[in-house]
Amino acid sequence: MLSEAVIKELEEIRQRYPNARAALLPAIYIAQREFGWLSPEAYEAVSDILGVPKTIARGVATFYAMYKHKPMGRNIVHLCTNVSCMILGAERLVDILKERYGLEPNSTTPDGRFSLVIMECIGACGTAPAMLVNTDFHDNLTQENIIQILESYK
Amino acid sequence: MEKTLLKNIENPKSADINEYMNAGGYKALRKAFEMKPADIVEEVKRSGLRGRGGAGFPTGMKWSFAVATTDRPKYLLCNADEGEPGTFKDRPILEKNPHLLIEGMIISGYALGAEYGYVYLRGEYPEANDILLNAIKQSYEKGYLGESILGKGARFHLYVHQGAGAYICGEETALIESLEGKKGQPRIRPPFPVNRGYLQKPTVVNNVETLSNVPYIIEVGSEAYSKIGSPDCPGPKLYCVSGHLEKPGVYELPMGTTLRDIIYTHCGGIKGGKQLKAVIPGGITAPVLPADKIDCPMDFVNMPKHGSMLGSGAVIVMDESVCLVKVCYRALKFLEHESCGKCTPCREGTGWLRNILGRIEYGEGREEDVELLLSVASNMMGKTFCPLGDGAASVVQNFIKHFRNEFEEHIKNAKCRFR
Repeated sequence: MLSEAVIKELEEIRQRYPNARAALLPAIYIAQREFGWLSPEAYEAVSDILGVPKTIARGVATFYAMYKHKPMGRNIVHLCTNVSCMILGAERLVDILKERYGLEPNSTTPDGRFSLVIMECIGACGTAPAMLVNTDFHDNLTQENIIQILESYK
Repeated sequence: MEKTLLKNIENPKSADINEYMNAGGYKALRKAFEMKPADIVEEVKRSGLRGRGGAGFPTGMKWSFAVATTDRPKYLLCNADEGEPGTFKDRPILEKNPHLLIEGMIISGYALGAEYGYVYLRGEYPEANDILLNAIKQSYEKGYLGESILGKGARFHLYVHQGAGAYICGEETALIESLEGKKGQPRIRPPFPVNRGYLQKPTVVNNVETLSNVPYIIEVGSEAYSKIGSPDCPGPKLYCVSGHLEKPGVYELPMGTTLRDIIYTHCGGIKGGKQLKAVIPGGITAPVLPADKIDCPMDFVNMPKHGSMLGSGAVIVMDESVCLVKVCYRALKFLEHESCGKCTPCREGTGWLRNILGRIEYGEGREEDVELLLSVASNMMGKTFCPLGDGAASVVQNFIKHFRNEFEEHIKNAKCRFR
């Protein structure tokens, strides 16, 4: 169940659009934030509030890369490996996350501390390689500083 | 050249409305509201401004199509979904100069008779989202947004809509679908968005950088503006340069600055004094150029004459240590992931190209594979619903055109010597 405050937030979002269906993407973001991932309950909540069938909501959500379709760790590491990051060593960083934390792409560490999502360009090419941890940008990554940065996320 | 798009961004408070106004911001808005909407459209037409998202379509012409229709309401959508790998040019505007974009959108909305605007912002820019929301709030408080802008009766409301990680939503009809709460799959055209766009209403979709040019055009006039940069393609241009460079970053330069100047004069040349090997000049789907083909003016008109395109102005510079088969493979892996699945040549073709490129890179290439890649590419080119499929075919064709020996060497030696 969503709290009164969240229902109010969703109703305000709904007002930004000419119809309820158009508010689907932001509503899915809110549900994901509240439930931690897009659980059956999350789709239920979106569907109830916007009057959009659950199957439609799920069909739309699965099209987009940034929605989470399974439970995630406490900190989500979005690491870019596209060309500008790749030619400056991003693949080595993927290996380092595996060596240091046993963290593999599209997985979560057993202690629930980190999930790793490989990204397709996060627009930080001039300071590559780069990652987003939750909503924090970190760039000019090296094999050393990536661990230092991640150690501050518990 | 005096900076207009990145003006004042060294100021740590540049995103604040008061700092923006101290630097002359929102003056163009006041000037525009003394003009007739049709005169603003005419001024933008005369300025020669072309869309900065990648296609380079004349902005004034797009606007005049939208003005011609009487259907209401009209929508102005800002494409802030810069997802073309290598592209990060709109980010400094969004994060450091958001009021320039907002001012540009209010003027454009007034000119077009659009009462509602949305900024379709890529989900990967959470900081820009916070900054933009705050800037919009400030603009409402000053009376620049709302029911009666500057008390003159014209209405414009502006919202931010966060995307969720889909490259294809940078294509304008896919963006519209996504803003309607659907999967971001492109629409067939016609009808064009200017006639039937968002919720079947007249809609103009312009890039962040395009809209951010509008206040300056109004401020200095189309004649002065059109003297900046290339004659056929004027104005300032944001070039975002990444890869093996001494000073990568976003540079505001006159449109038509040569690729060589960008790399060697502005970005300080190749990092560590290494040799340049190749450049992708306009985002990952722009045709790759070898090191000896960089004396080309970077604008929409001249780049095609030099075998590539300006695209988003995203320059990716690669030194001699880079394996181009691998870069090509990585590009196709991206395009396969981002293909929306609507049309068969793109959905299937990107997967097959990625598959063949992967086996070449990992030492399992077959003798016939280079020809096979070209055959798959030619079966995609011109046969897909939107430019994503053409882009994928073009990437493969151009890497092979300029670096065929590197593909053949991988196949012959059954390994990649760059590993």
